[in-house]
Order: sequence, then structure tokens, then C-alpha cells
Amino acid sequence: MKYSGAEITIKLLERQGITTIAGIPGGANLPLYHALSGSSINHILSRHEQGAGFIAQGIARSTGKTAVCFATSGPGVVNLLTAIADAKLDSIPVVAITGQVASSFIGTDAFQEIDTYGLSLPITKHNFLVRSAEELLTVIPEAFRIAGSGRPGPVVIDIPKDVQNERIEISSWPLPGMPDAIEPIDDSVIRTAAQMINDAQRPLFYIGGGVIVSEASSLLREIIHEFSIPVVSTLNGLGTIADDDPLYFGMLGMHGARAANELVDSCDLLIALGVRFDDRATGKVSEFAPDAAIVHIDIDKSEFNKIKKNHCSVRGNVAEALSLLKDLLVKQQRSGWDAVVKAGESKLIAAQTKEGNVLHPSNVIRFVSSIAPGNTIITTDVGQHQMWVAQHYPFKHPRTLLTSGGLGTMGFGLPSAIGAALAHPDRTVICFSGDGSILMNIQELATVADYQLNVKVLLFNNGHLGLVRQQQELFYNKTYMAVKFIRNPEFAVIAAGFGIRSVTISDPSGVTKALPELLLQNGPALINVIIPHEYNVLPMVPPGAANRDTIGD
Amino acid sequence: MTSELLTIELNVANHPGVMSHITGLFSRRGFNLEGILCGRTGDGEKSIIFLLVNDGEQLEQIVHQLEKLYDVESLIVHKKFNPEAFTEIRSSLGIA
Repeated sequence: MKYSGAEITIKLLERQGITTIAGIPGGANLPLYHALSGSSINHILSRHEQGAGFIAQGIARSTGKTAVCFATSGPGVVNLLTAIADAKLDSIPVVAITGQVASSFIGTDAFQEIDTYGLSLPITKHNFLVRSAEELLTVIPEAFRIAGSGRPGPVVIDIPKDVQNERIEISSWPLPGMPDAIEPIDDSVIRTAAQMINDAQRPLFYIGGGVIVSEASSLLREIIHEFSIPVVSTLNGLGTIADDDPLYFGMLGMHGARAANELVDSCDLLIALGVRFDDRATGKVSEFAPDAAIVHIDIDKSEFNKIKKNHCSVRGNVAEALSLLKDLLVKQQRSGWDAVVKAGESKLIAAQTKEGNVLHPSNVIRFVSSIAPGNTIITTDVGQHQMWVAQHYPFKHPRTLLTSGGLGTMGFGLPSAIGAALAHPDRTVICFSGDGSILMNIQELATVADYQLNVKVLLFNNGHLGLVRQQQELFYNKTYMAVKFIRNPEFAVIAAGFGIRSVTISDPSGVTKALPELLLQNGPALINVIIPHEYNVLPMVPPGAANRDTIGD
Repeated sequence: MTSELLTIELNVANHPGVMSHITGLFSRRGFNLEGILCGRTGDGEKSIIFLLVNDGEQLEQIVHQLEKLYDVESLIVHKKFNPEAFTEIRSSLGIA
């Protein structure tokens, strides 16, 4: 039977198990959309291609499975790029399929022609420009294999319109592309790592997104308790260890818990698990974990010694490494370290009960966590609210926080919440945002309304670009430039315009009455919480300073 | 000069995007690239690329990042090589 390139693409996506695609049609991907009309795949029409990219990310981040988005050539692709770059920095498996002008027009500056291959090259794990319908049979399964293997990441497949229209005879379909099998870990290296941990007096786990990707959360929980080793986490590792675990000390780094940074400062062995020594986590690198030997366990060997020299590099899947370590570790008496850990624990508790004002975001966030269902998925935008969520929302499970860690993309929160809600229709999704971030993808409220998704936007509205304001206050001599909005729109009117229920809260009674009322109703809602703009995210390590040089708290 | 430089030999799939992937990697990661030689091999399915790079702290990262590239099938670091390979081209064109 003969199939067009577009039909082949859709067929292969179906065989790949894809059930939802977010995207926007246009001239150069019309054949793909025509083929999609006959498919079982559910298409989500976003209002901006960046929205589509982040919807795919929301699906991928909340499920761990590769998700797909569509865009047309030219502006469609350029709009999508931010979401692709974001996926690259946080290692999220996304396959973006873009329409391209017909092969004969490539290089002629044709209408809506852009060099998708060149533009996507530095921000993807890999990219393809497909030259024939025949090639699709290898490229599409291969894209899924690449996106999901090892350290995941985004793959772009650019398909010229003539390739989408080319009809070829197909007698049999290729197998779906699956992630590569997990490679075995070097036995002698894992033994060295185990020995270093057994010999350490003050070992500490520094964990990140790689633990979540490898689904090693429950195994790690067992290990830290069996061998009494404390844990600090990066932003994208939150949820791996339950917030109330006595061996868990919260987030490290620029806005991390003081107790977490102090543990890093005093440990003699840092066991870095699925992390990449990002500058927001390490602060001044030369002063990071100054007394520690480093065991770095990661699937991507190019992360070893990239930022900081380590003493033992274990290349492999984190879950696999932990299961090997579990049999090699020996219980140790480390009474000195246990005392330090205990002291840190009480400091952590003291730091969490500081702010009096009910409307302080830290209190609102904790209140929300107390009424939201236990399996609620949280997304954030980027800024002060993001750090307050990271500090104060008591995450209990992996994949319950979706946040833009590496790229720090304002506008991430709402569309990624849509993706999470599409993938988990039975769960509540709360998008914490700010009045700066939310306007960067506000158009996706239309998509939320279209599908009546159970997405609640909780806006901390301070009339400012708060985190930038904070930096100008602290590090630029209180010279405020371009951080205060001349005026802000009425978010209640905006929500009403999209047909979404909303409430504006400006006093404590609103937090306890109106907020739960709207939050616990099914369906979309926008909760606009007016907060003073003077609140700063504390503690804070000044950019470039050592993590021990913390301001505040 | 030869003590500071070395060459990396890459065996890659031969298609139009390969060179962009390699040079793009060097520019975006801030690696120095002192020279490139490239040509088809065999039936044209593969190409061979020689990169002239500094033998320094960046080398480990350069090698690891190159090995991650999809189209790079194998990589060999040559500490011993004849640097004239990169300059002979000029002389063969009568410009050096």
C-alpha cells in the first residue's frame, strides 16, 4: 500500500504510542495535519508554538515518556525554539516535528523559510532534516530512541513539504524506537566508589534530576536510611526524597537552605548523583565542598570534571549504580557527623517558621500544600515565586515539581501545567506564577479553557519583576531600573475574558476562605494573590560568592 | 609548536549537517579549533575529519562532547602527527 510521507509520520507516531500532540498548523505542515485528521492521536491546539513545546514538556516531565509537538516552518519554528532549548538544558525527552518549505525552495529565502536545522543544532540532542519519505522510516524511530536513551533530550525532525507529500510503497513498518538498554557499570569503579563511601567520615548525597529520570527515588530512600547518609537536592531533584525525611536537608545553592549549604561545606565526601554542578547549585566553584572528595555518578560522562575535578567517576544509570552500591556499602558509626546532621535538622525546622504575614508567599505555599490533594502536580514559572515554591512546598514524590531549572524560562509554568493535566486528567495541577512570568504565555489560558483542564494558576502579584528587583536592591545600590510595571492588567478581567473563574486575594481571610474554595473546585481557575513587592527570597548567596556567604535568614 | 597541538581523527557519517555539528560544538562550548581537514572515504557513506586542537585542559571535554555527537562513529586522539598536513594545503595551492 502507498502512503504519503505525512501519513507515514503519523502512523509511526501512533506505533510509537503517542496519544497526544500539541501544536499549531501552518503552510509547511498542512500535509501532516491532513494525515493527523484520520488518526487516533489527540491534537491540542495551543495558541503559540512555545506553548506547544512546553505542553509537550509538561507531558514528558510528568510521565517520563517522550512527548511530541508540531510547528510549521519559519515563525512556527522560531517560536518553538525556547521550549526546545529549555528541554535541552533540563534533559527532557521531546520530539519536535516541524514543517519545512519544499526541498526545491530550501535556500531561496522562500516564504516562511528558516534554517531550522542550523537554528536547532546547538539546542537539541540531535536534529534531522529529512530528505525523502523513505528516510522517515528510519529517522522517526531513531528520534525516539535518541530522545529517550541515556541522558534524555530534545530531537528536532524537520520535514520539507514535498517529503510530506511524497508517496511510497510500504510493505512493513519499522519497530518503534526504544531507549537503548542500560549499559553495565564498570565493576572496579563502583567498588572504588563504595570504598570511598565506606571510608568517609562525613558523606553527603548531592542529588539532581538524573535520580528522577532513572527512577531511583525509592532505592535512594532505602540507602540513605540503611547507611545514615544525609541528602541535599538541586531544584530539579526536589521530590526525590520526601521533604519531611529527617535525612533530607532541602535545596542547596543560591536560594538553598542554609543547613544544606553548610552540610556541603563540611562534608568530606560528596556523592554527586545525576547532577551537573550547575552554578546556581555550586556558587563559587573553588569554594564548593572544599573539604570533600567527590564521587560523581552520572549517565553522561561529559559531565565528569566539567566544572569541578572529581575523584571517582561512575558512568552509568543512577538506579543501576545505587543497586550495586547497596550491596557494597557497610554500615558505619559516624557519631560526629550524625551530630552535625542532627543540628542541621533543627536549624531547618527553625528556618521554616519565620514569616508572620499570612499573605507571605511562603505561608500561602505551605497552606496550599496542606489543602491540595497529595498527588497534586506543581509547575512554576521563573522568579521569586519559583524559589519560594522550591523552598517551602513540601514535595513528597518525584515528578510532582515541573520547573525550568537550567534555562530559567519565564512562561514555562502555564503551558507545562497544561501538559501535566493532559497526561494526568485525574490529578490537580497548580501553576505557581508571578505577574511578570504569567504574561509571557498568558494566551495559553485559552487552551486551558478549551479542554476545561484541572489547572489552577496561583499568581503572586507584586507589580514587579521581583527577583530582578531584589538583585537591584541588594547588588545595584537600590537603583531600580525596568523592574516596576507602570500598570498591571486586571487579572480577574483577563481570566473572565478566557472564561476562567478567578478570585483576587489581598487580605488574610481571602487565603483561608476564597483560595480553598476555588482551588478545590474541579476545572480551571486563576487565583490572584496581591503581595507586597518588598519581600525578598532569602536566604540568598550573591552571584559569584561561595555558598557559605549567605545573605538573610 | 607540535608539543602544544594534537589532532583528533573523527570517522563520521557523510551528510550535509555533519560539519555544522562539529564546528558548532566548538563555537558554542568555547573550545579552540586550530585547523580542520575533511574528506570522503570509501564509497562516500563516510567521511574522515582531522581536527587540530590544543593539548590542554579542555581536551577531556572536547573528546567527551565529540563522542556524544550522533554522527561521530569513532574518535582517535593522535598526539604524534605531522603538523605540515595542515599547512601543505596552502603550499599545494601556491599560497604559502
